[in-house]
Amino acid sequence: MDLKTKHLLDIASLSKEEIEDFLNLAENLKEILYRPIPKVPTLRGKLIINLFYEPSTRTRFSFEKAAKTLSADSLTFTGKGTSIEKGETLLDTIKNLEAIGADLFIIRHPVAGAPHFVAKYSKVPIVNAGDGTHEHPTQALLDLLTVKEKLGTLSDLKVAIIGDIKHSRVAHSDILAFQKMGSTVWVSGPAHLLPDIKEENYFKLSEKSFKICYKIEDAIKDADIIIALRIQRERHGEALIPSFLEYHEFFGLKPKHLELMKEKTILMHPGPINWGVELAYEMEKYPFQVILDQVENGVAIRMAILLRFLTGEKGYEDFS
Amino acid sequence: MKILVRKGRIIDPSQNLDFLGDLLIENGKILGIEKNIEIHERVEIIEANNLWVLPGLVDIHVHLREPGEEWKEDIETGTKSALYGGVLRLACMPNTKPPNDSPEVTKYILERASQKAYVTVYPIACITKNQEGKEITEFGRLKKAGAIAVSDDGKWVQDSGVMKRAMLYAKNFDLPIISHCEDIGLSRGGQINEGCFSAKLGLKGIPTSAETIAVLRDLILAKETQKSVHLAHLSTKEVIPFLKWAKEENIPFTAETCPHYFTLTEREVENYNTLAKVNPPLRTEEDVLAIKLALKEGLIEVIASDHAPHSPLEKEIEFEHASFGMIGLQTLLPLSLNLIREGYLTPLALFEKLIVNPSKVLGIDPPSFKKGNSAEVIIVDPEEEYVLTEEIIQSKSKNTPFLNKKLKGRVKKVILKEKIFDLSLI
Repeated sequence: MDLKTKHLLDIASLSKEEIEDFLNLAENLKEILYRPIPKVPTLRGKLIINLFYEPSTRTRFSFEKAAKTLSADSLTFTGKGTSIEKGETLLDTIKNLEAIGADLFIIRHPVAGAPHFVAKYSKVPIVNAGDGTHEHPTQALLDLLTVKEKLGTLSDLKVAIIGDIKHSRVAHSDILAFQKMGSTVWVSGPAHLLPDIKEENYFKLSEKSFKICYKIEDAIKDADIIIALRIQRERHGEALIPSFLEYHEFFGLKPKHLELMKEKTILMHPGPINWGVELAYEMEKYPFQVILDQVENGVAIRMAILLRFLTGEKGYEDFS
Repeated sequence: MKILVRKGRIIDPSQNLDFLGDLLIENGKILGIEKNIEIHERVEIIEANNLWVLPGLVDIHVHLREPGEEWKEDIETGTKSALYGGVLRLACMPNTKPPNDSPEVTKYILERASQKAYVTVYPIACITKNQEGKEITEFGRLKKAGAIAVSDDGKWVQDSGVMKRAMLYAKNFDLPIISHCEDIGLSRGGQINEGCFSAKLGLKGIPTSAETIAVLRDLILAKETQKSVHLAHLSTKEVIPFLKWAKEENIPFTAETCPHYFTLTEREVENYNTLAKVNPPLRTEEDVLAIKLALKEGLIEVIASDHAPHSPLEKEIEFEHASFGMIGLQTLLPLSLNLIREGYLTPLALFEKLIVNPSKVLGIDPPSFKKGNSAEVIIVDPEEEYVLTEEIIQSKSKNTPFLNKKLKGRVKKVILKEKIFDLSLI
């Protein structure tokens, strides 16, 4: 295995080349999903454990589908019905599941750095499926894959990310991922939900590749890609926006924005969507929204990740 | 019984003395210091061989965790760690379980200290009942029970009216008041310094404004009440202009910092290192430099450890769940010596901040080599280099980012009244 890291913890620690390897492999593997029998035996006998300490629909089921397509065994563990309810620590849980025979862990956790913490002790690869307000690297990879598929390139694009940037792990991963591939990222939303002045330097990978703006119109104008983010009520713990009505009026994407957009600007959303808040319901009919393509690519990218970490393969040799 | 410490560099900031000479002790009391003491009777001789001979350090910011959290530390282990760090008197913070907000808890701590402690323990009591920031505690009865000062350490008294009341009432009893400056509205949920690292790690940042606003309010109240306030563990350059302003206005206050704030930066939390999780948080290079300059200029007069022991149960867990704090009694001296090595302070100026000024804050006479004072002597090799192993740390907890790192400067011997401790054996 020539991956520098043993784990997939964040976009920050991946190089452009490593990201490209994941994307190429996913493109390669995607074809399997369209076969009459979408299943190959590549990962037979491997045990993947999904540890989900937080609710998830897309990420969890696409990891499970990816594992099943590659014939790995996958077990999913949520808070309910396990010793988490008895107060078992995260570290003890990992050690015990390793003893049971896990070959790889997929972790979603409400606190930042939980997968990094576990990775310090784990003997097997850890894949971060979203950690608190930190990162969601597999989401960024599937976003890249979707854009690459639709536009044929990942460089020299203008990407607009609109919404609660500060609390969005998807935004944090996407901001880094698109810049690493050679594009420019503009973020906008309520100013107190944007990176602080002192935090800006971290997100700015080069002088001109990252921009914070206070009018969403500036971000949207001539963008190749618009990513709308969900307002995350569960992470705030207090009222950070005055009302959804106000949010929608000033920060929601609506048909009136179409005139600012390019003819074929791609509209993305990591889900779940609050229709009528960050996106007007009319936007579902927008011909270049690719929200479900993102979900489908989520399976392909997660197949690539599992294959990569469990076999070390960069390419895929068909066993069927 | 007489003890002669021979040929040491005698540094006594209480008398502004720094010279090569001898120190004579009789029956646990200082008999004298001279360039050369000739003695013809039987005497125990300790050859200092040019090592530094100092009065014991006074650390006014220590968490001993007893009562209530004895798995982290207790009075015996905490004070043993102090002894090994050259700290011969310490003041312990009241955020125990239960908190020290009643004369009963104060008396319990003193009772336990009289049985178990290696060094002098001064209990600090709470400013408000249960540290809730609402009702002030019984300052009079607490002082009578032995409390040396009041503080809600770990929490700032958020209600300015309550704080003003406490500052005024403390005047009745000459109780020093120590403030943990943190506006919780700005810091709530924060984990590390707000900046590049909070962005990188996806952790909620603690802005410097949380500290600066609190410092400014306390200074304004000190001006209005003419009651001195002691500002604990300052960490950021942003407070410095306000300290300067307060000096110019003759506002009564004293300021403290800790070695980690003039030694480490936020960089330490890289890869979610919980050992570097501390409150206030480690900040930037610029802040470290500003704190060192403030020490040099005398704006910050006290260096304390903020020794905060935590076991692996509180530290070997997810970063956001981990407790704030690091142990510091045994790193206080070696890290502070760097201020001399880097030219910020002379030895006398440094030890004033480690011995005399903290004593002044507490309203006690400092450890001193004046004739008749009880013998509280530490002999320090400022040049000895060693690795801070778990074995060397006498505290029950080992939570320090300096664990297994190289330190320079070590306490070799302690003479405490009639006892001699040889600490160089580990």
